[in-house]
Amino acid sequence: MHPVYFDNNATTPLHPRVREAMLPWMGERYGNPSSLHGFGQAARNAVEEAREKVAALLGVRPPELVFTASGTEANNAVLFHRARGGQGHLVISAFEHPSIREAAARLEREGVEVTRVSPAGDGVVPAAEVVRALRPDTLLVALMLANNELGTLQPVVEVAAACRERGVPVLCDAVQAVGKIPVDAPALGVDYLVLGAHKFYGPLGAAALWVHKGVELTGHLVGGSQERRRRAGTENVPAIVGLGEAAAVAREELTARGAHLVALRDRFEAELARRLPDAIFHCQAAPRLPNTSHVAFPGAEGESLLIRLDLAGFAVSTGSACSSGAVEPSKTLLAIGLSPEEALSSLRISFGLFNTQEEVDAFLDALEREVGALRRVSPVAVVQP
Amino acid sequence: MEISDTPSTSLTAVAMSGGLDSSVTAWLLAREGRPVVGLSMLLWDHSGVEAHGRCCGALDLGDARRVAQQAGIPHYTLRLDEEFREKVVDPFVADYLAGRTPSPCVRCNTWIKFDLLLDRARRLGASRVATGHYARILEGPDGPELHTALDAGKDQSYYLFELTREQLAASLFPLGGMTKPQVRQLAREAGLVVAEKGESMEVCFVAGGIREFVESQVAADPDRFNAPAGAEPAILVDTHGEALGEGQPYYRYTVGQRRGLGLAAPSPLYVLQIEPEQNRVVVGGDQDLMAPGLRGERLHWIGPAPEGDVEAKVKIRSRHPGVAARIRPLGEGRVEIDFAEPQRGVTPGQAAVFYQGTRVLGGCWIEGRL
Repeated sequence: MHPVYFDNNATTPLHPRVREAMLPWMGERYGNPSSLHGFGQAARNAVEEAREKVAALLGVRPPELVFTASGTEANNAVLFHRARGGQGHLVISAFEHPSIREAAARLEREGVEVTRVSPAGDGVVPAAEVVRALRPDTLLVALMLANNELGTLQPVVEVAAACRERGVPVLCDAVQAVGKIPVDAPALGVDYLVLGAHKFYGPLGAAALWVHKGVELTGHLVGGSQERRRRAGTENVPAIVGLGEAAAVAREELTARGAHLVALRDRFEAELARRLPDAIFHCQAAPRLPNTSHVAFPGAEGESLLIRLDLAGFAVSTGSACSSGAVEPSKTLLAIGLSPEEALSSLRISFGLFNTQEEVDAFLDALEREVGALRRVSPVAVVQP
Repeated sequence: MEISDTPSTSLTAVAMSGGLDSSVTAWLLAREGRPVVGLSMLLWDHSGVEAHGRCCGALDLGDARRVAQQAGIPHYTLRLDEEFREKVVDPFVADYLAGRTPSPCVRCNTWIKFDLLLDRARRLGASRVATGHYARILEGPDGPELHTALDAGKDQSYYLFELTREQLAASLFPLGGMTKPQVRQLAREAGLVVAEKGESMEVCFVAGGIREFVESQVAADPDRFNAPAGAEPAILVDTHGEALGEGQPYYRYTVGQRRGLGLAAPSPLYVLQIEPEQNRVVVGGDQDLMAPGLRGERLHWIGPAPEGDVEAKVKIRSRHPGVAARIRPLGEGRVEIDFAEPQRGVTPGQAAVFYQGTRVLGGCWIEGRL
């Protein structure tokens, strides 16, 4: 069987329609959107069409969108814009993406105070805890819409409403949610929202930051008037075109997509629970993305299990990988109260649009086989939940 | 190049450091068509230090991943830095503080590359571990034997003396019958990205001076080593115990050292002995450095322990040419060794390794001279 990809929260394959839309811009069509001639005008048009498609997916106005090269860039831009000058206060959840956690840590070293609100054991940050952390000098609250590892949905609407009353702006990293569930940015009530193309069948290298009308954003890159002076640099036209098309496809397919993913995941979880009754499903009861399962296999060390599964042709994840590829206990799993041993025996399985029921069935066989083999080779103390 | 093992269908794990030798090892095994998985070990956090050319540097792990792609094999990085600190780095620091001159590469081979890596490889379903060591495993009448590399100039068998027969049976050293120029030539022919890389450093986790490293480790965590962070200058004494002057802290000296003593004397002076408890360093002339034999501990035989004394050639450091000697086991891992000729620089903390012809019988750790 061909290698099976169950790591769609890391990145997704390109949708064929996205690829079709991009190809002309990597071939016969080219131009700098800022140029005055016909080549430039066509490129400008392509970028603006893409902006309209992304705007339609989020229910916002096109000029409110800033294209960036990555979700990380967009998150960084907002934090460094809101908390300049080494004073004031930030509130973030303890399991935000590193592009928010580490930006906050840098600001903290410069004198900004940071409150980190931990998720509860169900993988959801209590809205009341976030509200309790607010201060008169709070510059920004950052709360993700869906957690990248657990897939749990966060109470962004509730938090944003409370923040609005106090005049505190809210950044919502929606990178893991957009394209998987309906996201209506204005209805969330946030001030900034971030999405990335490659998490929903678009290309790497294109992301977008929605900035609510009237909310400030100084350009973090300067040297050009692109993106209404909020992000200098020649636009990555093929990638932006791809992002636009990915948004258009998502808008059309979202309902069917959700149903397909839920079917795959529920079948996987039900069948796995039957075959390996001691498997522990994290945050199963919380509101969550349709595509993400996070499972611990007591007595089976996750790093070895991941490698065995990869050698058997199934790509999954144990959490965030560092650049050299070594595995550390996931900070997210520690944040929801798991022990390092439990965290290290967990796998994240994130299904995607192109996965099939047959792949899930083959994966279940492989999991049962490899967990059993690993437990025989390396018996370790079984951690009871 | 022949590999002394029939290709099998079972999985072989190759230890990949990102250096030339282990890269060619991986490539050779992959070329044979056997199932191979590359494993790299993240051993030491150099925290931002440019660490190319060091066997535990993160940059080199990136090279390992690229070579694995070139060889068409899967590659994984295992994080073993806690084990490396516990088994290699802390004992290294403790040895210096005890006045010994340690040999961390032997410990790393014994504890990390074979004990731990073989265990991890088995967890992944692999039955054997291959490394880029220059040494040979030959089948003897009583099982696998460890032998020197064919290229005597590159031989690394000294560092492997603590392996067991069970480990040798599960190990492959495909480079043992090759020369370094041959290995480099293979890498060039294969177009491996590491083909022009130089040799890795001896003590891979030390970025600057060893003495400064020891001091920084102690300063960072004095309790771990049960030692004060800043040490007093040692008293330099002659062989009669007569004080000759003040020097540096004792752990900055090595037995056999001549330079940097800062003492005026008619003939050259050498460090003979380091006495941490008295904070003394004994110095003397060239003749005093010659020892008729050594006392050893943690005696290890690769095969079953022989009955009685053993005649063998003994190497008392990695680049020592070896000396004919009689090995007298005393029981409980202790041993005394009589050299046929007195030897210079018997250094506590170094390994003494026993050879009969090309075969490595075993070895011990040097406690002191006879």
